[in-house]
Amino acid sequence: MIEIKNVSKWYGSFQVLTDCTTQVSKSEVVVVCGPSGSGKSTLIKCVNALEPFQQGSIVVNGIAVEDPKTDLPKLRAKVGMVFQNFELFPHMTITDNLAIAQIKVLGRGREEAVDKGLKLLDRVGLKSQAAKFPGQLSGGQQQRVAIARALAMDPICMLFDEPTSALDPEMINEVLDVMVQLAHEGMTMMCVTHEMGFARKVANRVIFMDRGAIVEDAAKEDFFGQPRSERAQTFLAKILNH
Amino acid sequence: MSDFDFSVIAANWAFLAEGLRYTLQVTVTAMLGGILIGTLLALMRLSSIVPLQWFAAGYVNVFRSVPLVQVILAFYLIIPLVLQMITGKSTPIGAANSAYFTFTIFEAAYYSEIMRSGIQSIPKGQIAAGYALGFTYGQTMRFVVLPQAFRNMLPVLLTQTIILFQDISLVYAIGATDFFGAADKITQRDLRPVEMYTTVAVVYFVICFTLSRLVKLLQSRIAIIR
Repeated sequence: MIEIKNVSKWYGSFQVLTDCTTQVSKSEVVVVCGPSGSGKSTLIKCVNALEPFQQGSIVVNGIAVEDPKTDLPKLRAKVGMVFQNFELFPHMTITDNLAIAQIKVLGRGREEAVDKGLKLLDRVGLKSQAAKFPGQLSGGQQQRVAIARALAMDPICMLFDEPTSALDPEMINEVLDVMVQLAHEGMTMMCVTHEMGFARKVANRVIFMDRGAIVEDAAKEDFFGQPRSERAQTFLAKILNH
Repeated sequence: MSDFDFSVIAANWAFLAEGLRYTLQVTVTAMLGGILIGTLLALMRLSSIVPLQWFAAGYVNVFRSVPLVQVILAFYLIIPLVLQMITGKSTPIGAANSAYFTFTIFEAAYYSEIMRSGIQSIPKGQIAAGYALGFTYGQTMRFVVLPQAFRNMLPVLLTQTIILFQDISLVYAIGATDFFGAADKITQRDLRPVEMYTTVAVVYFVICFTLSRLVKLLQSRIAIIR
């Protein structure tokens, strides 16, 4: 579904990604973790071309992201993305947030789009909030709406960029519950997160990044049981201790 | 001249009202046209295409560095010449008509700077979210960035419009009859400057003050809930 091959990226002369290679198969859940500044958010943003990269290739569902001939809007419409800061559109109601891309990008009728949006809103437990504006919702609620907004596009896979990092602790679980449910339904997911409980529960594989490189790419059991690299061991020891 | 005689106002009210109507028409035209062109200029200035950046920067810098009166005069003289070059025959458009064009073009420079800071005030993540949903650049601007930028900047846009409304009086330089121009012409004939200019000042004050109160009201009405 997602094939990342030898991807390198520089900001000027500073290299942020070094020769990253991995893949996410259909219905697979891959968790990307690592210290801050390790390039994990940058890597996931390369997958739907929100960030350009100078070397290597990324193929999503058979389409090369870096190919200048690729219709990026069309590709992105099929790849759901959830951001750290939710990024709901604050000037629109929740209903409009859910419907607008369906209408303007997929060409669905307004009624169909709203219907679909409300169904997904119900699924994330927020049906009663449909008429409100994002600013009237809590962070956890906004992030659930953001997930519903991405799902409304019928994505072939979902990218999560630290979806719980900006949330108060008591709201993290309501978002993770939605993500776990998605994983159980067979959604292909690539998640940048530090939530190791989530990784333990649903991940198939865990990728550990450090200084722009993929240091460890292992099945969940192997990663948590016996990480090969020392850096991953240190990282795990640090974040699992509390 | 010892006592005031305000009957000069009543006697010439129709002429003054006509001038006021013209002032308001030019204001509204230049506001709508100026915001439209100004938004396009702001998008050019912020685009990654260098010639567009230069064009927009040049446009804004030129019009912001030249006194408005001079622009009014220059356009009044130049537009008929340009039209003559295009159509091949003499086409005088008149002072009153040339002002619509001049103010729209001139105000666009100011509105574009307002829209530019409005666009820049929108977090990058909002643009990324637009793209991630499959929006094109145009759709991201139209549905995500500009509506928010416009709302954020509405008070400043309207304040600029109040200034524009007052600046219309400069058309006296080309002899067009706006509200102030009408008062001025009557004064020259009836020699009642105190009564006439006081009245004009009061009318300007009432309109501008009401508008600025409206700006405040509107601001709380359409502010984005955050």
